[in-house]
Amino acid sequence: MTQAVPEAPTQAELREIALTRAEYESASAQLGRALNPLELGMLGAMWSEHCSYKTSKPLLRQLRSTGARVVLGPGENAGVVDLGDDLLCCFKIESHNHPSAIEPVQGAATGVGGILRDVFAMGARPVALLDAIRFGDLDQSLQRHRFARVVEGIGFYGNCIGVPTVGGETYFDSAYSDNCLVNAMCVGLAERSQLVRAVASGPGNPVMLVGADTGRDGIHGATFASVQLDESADERRPAVQVGNPYLEKCLLEACLELCGHPALVGLQDCGAAGLTSSCAEMAHRGGVGIEIDVARVSRRELGMSPYQVMLSESQERMVLVVESGQEDAVRQIFDRWDLHSDIIGRVISEPELRILDGPVRVATLPLGILVDGFAERRPPSRRPIDLDSRLAADPLSSPAPWSLEESWLRLLSSPNCGETRWIFRQYDHQVGDDTVRGPGGDAAVLRIKGRSDGLAMTVDGAHRSAALDPRQGTALAVAEAVRNLAVVGAEPLALTNCLNFGDPDQPEVMWQMEEAVGGLAEAALAFGIPVVSGNVSLYNDFQGTGIPPTPMVGLVGQVPAVAVSTGLGFRAAGDQIYLIGPAGVELAGSEYQRLAQGAVMGTPPHLDVAAELVAAAAIRDLVRGSVLSSAHDCSLGGLAVTLAESCIAGGLGAVVDFPLAIPSQAPTGWAWGVLFGETSGRYLVSVAPDLIDLLAAVCQGHGVPVMKLGVVGGSSISIGGLAEIALEAATRASAGGLAGFMERG
Amino acid sequence: MPTDNRHRYIAEVVVTLKPVVNDPQGLVVTQALHALGYPEVGATRVGKFISLDLEGAEESQVRARVEEMCRRLLRNEVIEDYRFQLRREEP
Amino acid sequence: MPVRFGIAVFPGTWSERDCSHAVSLAGGESTFLWHADRDLKGSDCVVLPGGFAHGDYLRAGAIARFAPLMDAVAEHARAGGLVLGICNGFQILCEAGLLPGALLRNRGLQFLCQPTWLRVETVSTRFLAGLEVGNTLEIPISHGEGRYYADPATLAQLEAESRVALRYSGPTGELADQYNPNGSLHQIAGILNEQRNVLGMMPHPERACEALLGSSDGLALFSGVVRSLVAAGR
Repeated sequence: MTQAVPEAPTQAELREIALTRAEYESASAQLGRALNPLELGMLGAMWSEHCSYKTSKPLLRQLRSTGARVVLGPGENAGVVDLGDDLLCCFKIESHNHPSAIEPVQGAATGVGGILRDVFAMGARPVALLDAIRFGDLDQSLQRHRFARVVEGIGFYGNCIGVPTVGGETYFDSAYSDNCLVNAMCVGLAERSQLVRAVASGPGNPVMLVGADTGRDGIHGATFASVQLDESADERRPAVQVGNPYLEKCLLEACLELCGHPALVGLQDCGAAGLTSSCAEMAHRGGVGIEIDVARVSRRELGMSPYQVMLSESQERMVLVVESGQEDAVRQIFDRWDLHSDIIGRVISEPELRILDGPVRVATLPLGILVDGFAERRPPSRRPIDLDSRLAADPLSSPAPWSLEESWLRLLSSPNCGETRWIFRQYDHQVGDDTVRGPGGDAAVLRIKGRSDGLAMTVDGAHRSAALDPRQGTALAVAEAVRNLAVVGAEPLALTNCLNFGDPDQPEVMWQMEEAVGGLAEAALAFGIPVVSGNVSLYNDFQGTGIPPTPMVGLVGQVPAVAVSTGLGFRAAGDQIYLIGPAGVELAGSEYQRLAQGAVMGTPPHLDVAAELVAAAAIRDLVRGSVLSSAHDCSLGGLAVTLAESCIAGGLGAVVDFPLAIPSQAPTGWAWGVLFGETSGRYLVSVAPDLIDLLAAVCQGHGVPVMKLGVVGGSSISIGGLAEIALEAATRASAGGLAGFMERG
Repeated sequence: MPTDNRHRYIAEVVVTLKPVVNDPQGLVVTQALHALGYPEVGATRVGKFISLDLEGAEESQVRARVEEMCRRLLRNEVIEDYRFQLRREEP
Repeated sequence: MPVRFGIAVFPGTWSERDCSHAVSLAGGESTFLWHADRDLKGSDCVVLPGGFAHGDYLRAGAIARFAPLMDAVAEHARAGGLVLGICNGFQILCEAGLLPGALLRNRGLQFLCQPTWLRVETVSTRFLAGLEVGNTLEIPISHGEGRYYADPATLAQLEAESRVALRYSGPTGELADQYNPNGSLHQIAGILNEQRNVLGMMPHPERACEALLGSSDGLALFSGVVRSLVAAGR
């Protein structure tokens, strides 16, 4: 017997690894003995919310992951869809909220590093990155400082490794002051023959650890992401890892050289919970076990214990299983890139994770317990008691603090609506030479060399509507993503999601989760979009104040011909401007409401999926047929802001008229509701005068409402009878919003 | 070479931009320090600190080697100056 | 035989495939040159592409210049062979002493990826052979350390010998500080060596070779090399 009989852990020891007494007792009962401290640490990490999804898993089962184009759904490093002709697209989005709150540059950077590894672990070359970010109001210097550092961190990693950051979404709201969100998405391409799975097989096959040396950094990172941030978070700084994008670039190239090589059996990113999780998951998927000798792991620091080696979250490491006898061939590839490749263990037939420290066995845990032995949680949920009164409030009846013109300019200079060049000029969005449409538009478009089709991608988060109605707000985010793809002529292939919530042990947060996941499942199903990958981030909570429910939707689509696409800017004076989709007068959940009213109240915009589907189909046909001069999704800031954005991008004014009769009993805020309401399902397009009949015919063919608004031209933006602003003033407001804040220092 | 002649040395190299070269990082640091209430700060230069842990016999030889490392790799003579301190570590 | 471009690959290089694509659009053929080899594989023109060779740790280009490949590149340049350094490649050429000066952190301290306009300042080099002095090219930059610096004597010499190849300008060639994205002295975006066979430039011409991607102005550099070498019968 090489293992001493351990004693049951104390309460403090359990708290350290975020395990409850009941969970510990369940584990030791399943095991038939007590766990030693190493086993306990490994189990704690694997059973943490971050690794096990024990709270969210029951909800996520609602998401449909199958579809004609789906090659691999959730459960692997990333989701995979088929682009035809043996080309596959892999993608995933993941959060790095907690690390970014502690150390913004490195937290954001390693978030990018982690999601890149998820994609190249599949054998795919990463071709694009996107980010979804939430911060507090930029009028606070702390928020500006942290936000600037997050942008720096994203750029630092993506620019150095040479993967373009082609899109993203930022939204600033005081609700995120104490809990910023940093979600990173990566899209990659792989030949079908290069696709690799994260599965171990073949007892006797060696297990290798490649890439960076293992240090003490990031120990308990998975646990850390599964608890609330508190003031002691500052003291946990050692948990933050420092990214090395250069090393990861070498790792990426070496791994891609290896994918498709007959020696490779399985490949897995070494992320949360380090070696413990990557080995356990690979072995469990393959129905085998893995034996690791921690003495064979290259270390960056002296005196590391087996516990520290097994739980280190040092970045830029991958675990691979190779065919026995092929070790040297594999090693040669890594040597050429000056990377370590240690044989640290072997595949065994017993389904367990066995840890040796040289000759001594220091842990043995059956994978059934380690990976699957936890009990799923369903904490109590409760609909907020004040919700009905908030939903019943009528934002249109509140008096407006500003004139229509002033409201319009204030919206344009809001960092949420205005130009985002300050951010994306810090990101290399062109490397790879495929970026047809980069950041700053509705969706990014990448060509695929050697083919006529291309990829379109967008990431869209639920905004304030989700705080009122998480189900509806999440569904609206899916609809917005679909519209963003439609305006570049793309049809959705599949989606990935990152679900950010507060503390699920608060019943109202649990209710938000139930509603939001339900809304995502319903919307994805209704739009016919499979959900192929995702990530859940809980405990975005600081001293009892959590974030509003913030699901992010990453949507990837296919453009049949990249050479034919339309931008959002007006192109020529004299072009006619049309609104495709419904008219609406509302303000609930809008950006205007945030600026002018502060509180979130009223009934969020209605979502009519059938109407959204036909409108998207009509827009795709119009874009693909080169009928339109411009096409822009109408969302944040409403019609007036959308119109101004098309004007500013094109450097052209516009004269429009909304053919909506003002009702005799119109509420005070009626005109504001017309201009700034965020009714779903709308597009603002412009078309050359000789193509108007074609536009009408296509819309009629799809049964989509289309409304003539006006004409492009002039030096002002005029909305007949309601408001007029100078194009120059609008341009200045939009350019000065975010940049104005950030350049203030 | 007999090992008892070998000693452990620490060379601490400081590389800074030449005075004539504009240092935007230094300017930002000066501004930030002023904003934090340290008006006494004049010019700030941001540089690199490089610590080399080396082994060698005679201090003069070690010094000459470090000098060479600085000139060949650690500084770019077009834009940077360097200086270093060398100390022998007692076992 | 087509004109052959050898594209250097250091660990951390990332625009080698972009350059290879640009070369094929210009009608040349390309091959990758591994940093640890000394073999230029019969290249007519060596391209040192963009990226972060050796992570740009210590200083951009500081470690890459010691690669065995760089000995062969220096020899190739001495013998009159063409060398084009783009972005990180320009930084490496300066570190290696094949071009004078150095590239410092951008004056705004931020990495910048944006379109820039470049004014052609000389055409007496094969790289710009098809153009005219005063032409403007729309070519993007993507760097954090691109502020060209050289001491006053070196700058005076570069100007006197017309070795400033490209300057940041406005769309019609106007020179003003607002068009200088990184604070480069004399708005320098690219320079030549004395024999005019080595060009270093911070902007990325390989990203501006197709209208689909926004500009095709950069193709002139690659096709200039192809045409002038073919015309010279090599």
